[in-house]
Amino acid sequence: MALDEYTEQTGGPADEIRSEFTKVGTSPDRPDGIDKVTGRARFGADAYAPGMLHGVIVRSPHAHARIVSIDTSRAEAAPGVKAVVTRADFADGQSGEDWAVMENVMAGDTALYDGHAVAALAATSLLEARDAARLIEVEYQILPHVTDVDEAMKDGAPVIREGAADNSVPAGMHPNVVRYHSSGHGDVDQGFAEADLVIEDHFVTAATHQGYIEPHACLATMGGDGRAELWCCTQGHWNVQKLCAATVGIEQSKLRVTASEIGGGFGGKTTVFVEPVALALSRKANKPVKVVMTRSEVFRASGPTASTSMDVKIGMKKDGTMTAARGVFRCQGGAFPGAPMEFTSMCAFAPYALKHVSQIGYDVMTNRPKQAAYRAPGSPMAAFAVESVVDELCNKLGLDPIEVRLKNASRMGTKASFGPTWDRIGLVETLEEAKAHPHFSAPLAPGAGRGISCGFWFNHGGETSVTMAMSEDGSAQLMVGTPDIGGSRASMALMAAEELGIPYENVRVTVADTASLGYNEVSHGSRVTYASGLATIQAARDTVRKLCARAAAKWGIDEDAVTWQDGCAVPSGPNAGDFDPLPIDRICRVMGRTGGPIVGHYEATPEGAGVSFATHIVDAEVDRETGATKVTRYTVVQDAGKAIHPTYVEGQFQGGAAQGIGWALNEEYVYGPDGRLQNAGFLDYRIPVASDLPMIDTVIVEVPNPGHPYGVRGVGETSICPPLAAIANAVSNAAGVRMRQLPMRPSRVLEALEDQD
Amino acid sequence: MRYHTPESFEDASAIAAGAEGVTRYLAGGTDILVQMRSDIVTPDDLIDIKHIVGVKEIARSDDGGWRIGAAVAGAELGEHDGVGADWPGVVEAMELVGSTQVQGRATLTGNLCNASPAADSVPAMIAAGATVSVTGPDGPRKIAVEDVPTGPGQISLVRGEVVTAVNLPARGPGGGDAYLRFTPRTEMDIAVVGCGISLTRDGDTITSARVALGAVAPTALLVEAAAAALVGGTLDDGALDALAAAAEAACNPIDDKRGTIRFRTHVAGVLARRVAKIAYDRAGGAK
Amino acid sequence: MSKIHVTTTVNGDATEFLCDPRETLLDVLRDRLSLTGAKEGCGTGDCGACSVTVDGRLISSCLMLAAEAEGKEIGTVEGIATGEELHPLQRKFIEHAALQCGVCTPGILVAVKNLLERDPDPTEQQVRYWLAGNLCRCTGYDKIIRAVMDAAAEMRGAA
Repeated sequence: MALDEYTEQTGGPADEIRSEFTKVGTSPDRPDGIDKVTGRARFGADAYAPGMLHGVIVRSPHAHARIVSIDTSRAEAAPGVKAVVTRADFADGQSGEDWAVMENVMAGDTALYDGHAVAALAATSLLEARDAARLIEVEYQILPHVTDVDEAMKDGAPVIREGAADNSVPAGMHPNVVRYHSSGHGDVDQGFAEADLVIEDHFVTAATHQGYIEPHACLATMGGDGRAELWCCTQGHWNVQKLCAATVGIEQSKLRVTASEIGGGFGGKTTVFVEPVALALSRKANKPVKVVMTRSEVFRASGPTASTSMDVKIGMKKDGTMTAARGVFRCQGGAFPGAPMEFTSMCAFAPYALKHVSQIGYDVMTNRPKQAAYRAPGSPMAAFAVESVVDELCNKLGLDPIEVRLKNASRMGTKASFGPTWDRIGLVETLEEAKAHPHFSAPLAPGAGRGISCGFWFNHGGETSVTMAMSEDGSAQLMVGTPDIGGSRASMALMAAEELGIPYENVRVTVADTASLGYNEVSHGSRVTYASGLATIQAARDTVRKLCARAAAKWGIDEDAVTWQDGCAVPSGPNAGDFDPLPIDRICRVMGRTGGPIVGHYEATPEGAGVSFATHIVDAEVDRETGATKVTRYTVVQDAGKAIHPTYVEGQFQGGAAQGIGWALNEEYVYGPDGRLQNAGFLDYRIPVASDLPMIDTVIVEVPNPGHPYGVRGVGETSICPPLAAIANAVSNAAGVRMRQLPMRPSRVLEALEDQD
Repeated sequence: MRYHTPESFEDASAIAAGAEGVTRYLAGGTDILVQMRSDIVTPDDLIDIKHIVGVKEIARSDDGGWRIGAAVAGAELGEHDGVGADWPGVVEAMELVGSTQVQGRATLTGNLCNASPAADSVPAMIAAGATVSVTGPDGPRKIAVEDVPTGPGQISLVRGEVVTAVNLPARGPGGGDAYLRFTPRTEMDIAVVGCGISLTRDGDTITSARVALGAVAPTALLVEAAAAALVGGTLDDGALDALAAAAEAACNPIDDKRGTIRFRTHVAGVLARRVAKIAYDRAGGAK
Repeated sequence: MSKIHVTTTVNGDATEFLCDPRETLLDVLRDRLSLTGAKEGCGTGDCGACSVTVDGRLISSCLMLAAEAEGKEIGTVEGIATGEELHPLQRKFIEHAALQCGVCTPGILVAVKNLLERDPDPTEQQVRYWLAGNLCRCTGYDKIIRAVMDAAAEMRGAA
């Protein structure tokens, strides 16, 4: 979710929140299970078309270079080559984010980072395409580069692009500072004066990658008339449609986009990278073109998250009362504006009810790939800095870390650090559950440390369309527009079955293509189970109204006199008449003769996404001779509002924790002095492997979201907010030295230990 | 690229000797295929040695040691009871190379000839006193493992020469070896430092030792000063301190994405202590 | 560059194909034999998504040339189920929600099936180390490990 898509969630329909269920809250087998365990599920790279060509992209080896010339003649003459494209083969005249996406998908005058696309070609085989790509000759004029956020803000730093800053940036800042955020309330200086102890520290986090196992992949078919088909792995195919139309220069409706099964996204598949290139190649060759990124391309040229440099200052009284907090968050977003510094700022102190609070954010450009969303973009870094300072305050004042958090916790009615007043939220409940969990009171092994952290994420609604079409046998076909990135079809089927009163197995959920359903925003912002779920419930209720109307007509009574129970239309009371319940299959069997097909709809932009909080408990051990760290126990406590499919909710909790462990301990983008990425592969970009991790315990807290008919809150993102801080606190407590920089790789921990001695 | 499947080492050698351009041998392929996929190298001639009789064999040699065919995969080595009983350090070092999947293909010979300074099996083989058998235009010869790599990606074999087997000496009584490496993750990593030690004991006294370090210099190092710190003693604290100091002194590492000079040097000493204790216990009969 | 003719067995079926000498077994399985269950997550042996067995030995099919498959027996995820009957591991993976996106699942199933054929009663730690080369980014491995342990118990008749 990018900031321009963030809307304050103002509350949803004031319907009663349902709390009695027969299906919701169970964990049946997922509908796509067999496809995925037998290998027949079709992901992005699994599509083939007759006459298909293979596309390969040529990328800049330089961090910053003017493109003097591109000679494609040798490549064009190479065996099997059918099309070569450069920027000239795309549309021009875009503005705003469309322009940035165009510039990122295919460089114009200047390559802005190592891996920036500069040309592409398609050939009859992948080997021919790869061979020919080496024949494209690009002449570069190398320019000075900068890849570090603090360096990029200094006087004299190379300017990525003059005039990129918007009018939020205070005068006198370096041109690489392109956006500025300031929020808060009260008088922080007064608050700090009231404190018994004030701690201010500097924190740094490295850029990390979502690390989805499936590289970006697509299959494009486009003719000279602009009509096109695109199959791709994406979190949001309507957004792909919009961005591709803008970059290749066609009307959006000429392009039909079908979302494949998606092999992980975590925010990284919310935009386009290879899709416009495949379309442009296909148009030029007049043949289908498949483009699949290599893993190296994924690291170099998709959208990692921002790295940060942060200063956090918090004041506390001896009794644990937080008196004031201030944070400055500098986020580098790569070669384009868009680092999530507003979210970093707004999430930073969200768990705390503070009288005096101030947060400032800077969006800073560098010669790195254009950052993309990564699971609660911006929030985990903020929590790392803030919760580390809270932990240090607790240690220095001899206070219990959970009691201090409870004492200062945001609750319904308190004012959020970024402005609004909290509705019903579940932070206190997660803290209470964490306090009661056996993990929190379990004895620690000698040399081990324990860390606690809270985390916060907004969650999001967004444009949503759902259609429910009844079949003649009374089973239902549900079309949603949010790609299933973690089992959401199972959740949708549960909610639909609950409303219709039919078996879970009788609901088929399809992720519809862009030509088959109204617009749907991307699967991001933890919005799928909330928004598509709400839409599913409402579409089902629309369907039920229509089913009831058929029964009313048959019985010759008012539609209002019919209600729906256990999959049957029934008279609403003794006064409505005496009719036997009319089951769904009997209504649907004759629907052609009683008014035509029965289809329920929901098309709207729900704005009642409930925020969610989590509290994590981590135990870690440190090898004091080598600095190696091991996470030995992990517990996630998170508010899900209402868990529709609890097993997949647990899965989201565990997955976020595991990604957080990687981010905290070993994952980082390593750039050399030449500005090139040093570790563009899974060997040296170290995501956790199975033997690195313990089991991850979970506790689902359910404090209903008033904005959803069942109380659902998004769960996908909040789970990655606390881990960086919780692990840093555990490692710092184990090592006896505060770790202020991520990742806490062994060499860094060892150096901290040595410097302490 | 031409793909060859010779049925004898003589034929393999002849193909390589007669080839122009880039020539590579293919055993497990877990390095060369990565290099091909990453556009680092594409051989003009790729010579698959797995059709040669005996390349997958592990056999007792006449001197009581082991002869391990050039295409024996790590998993096959690990499943072989005899080698693991004599040279557990060599086997555990090889088993650290890559994933289970990589173990299904990767070989000791390939790990050596790829000439990465961080190759796990190489310090263990050096510590064990292993040699390789080579066939070439000038006939067969044996080379000590430590003399094979000459720098990152460089080996001392001449064009047309091919490694046919790795030879481990007879273990003899009172011997034990071990290998440890340091990596940020528990698995799927390249050694930041690796250390192999083989020693023999007479009672509690160490009578001979070989200490080798990986990833701290352009090639794996045989550190004689570190071995000297062990021989004649009983692995007391003084000996361990001297061992660690000698190991650290031998380091000539680089700063790179996998580790700093300071870190690698420090960890070399830490690992040397830990490995020596394991090897010593094994030499004393511990399993 | 002439193609190489290869005769092999895939999931029990005699199979022939022509390939470029540079093509990997993974390339051929996917692009020539329409067996797209094995995935390319990295192409360099670091992720395990392309795991298959060759003569019963677990390997990364991205790290083996297709030409090397001559005379071999290849096993892929498509060969794990028997007709409509899922292998216990497949059932347990669905039951335990041991997959979220599912792109690593084929490789993991091939890998753990091979483990259980060698050791029907592995410890959790053994399963974790055996699977260290199979990256999963969604689950944190917890439910994968539980599914494997449960399937192993069922297969031993101990469930």
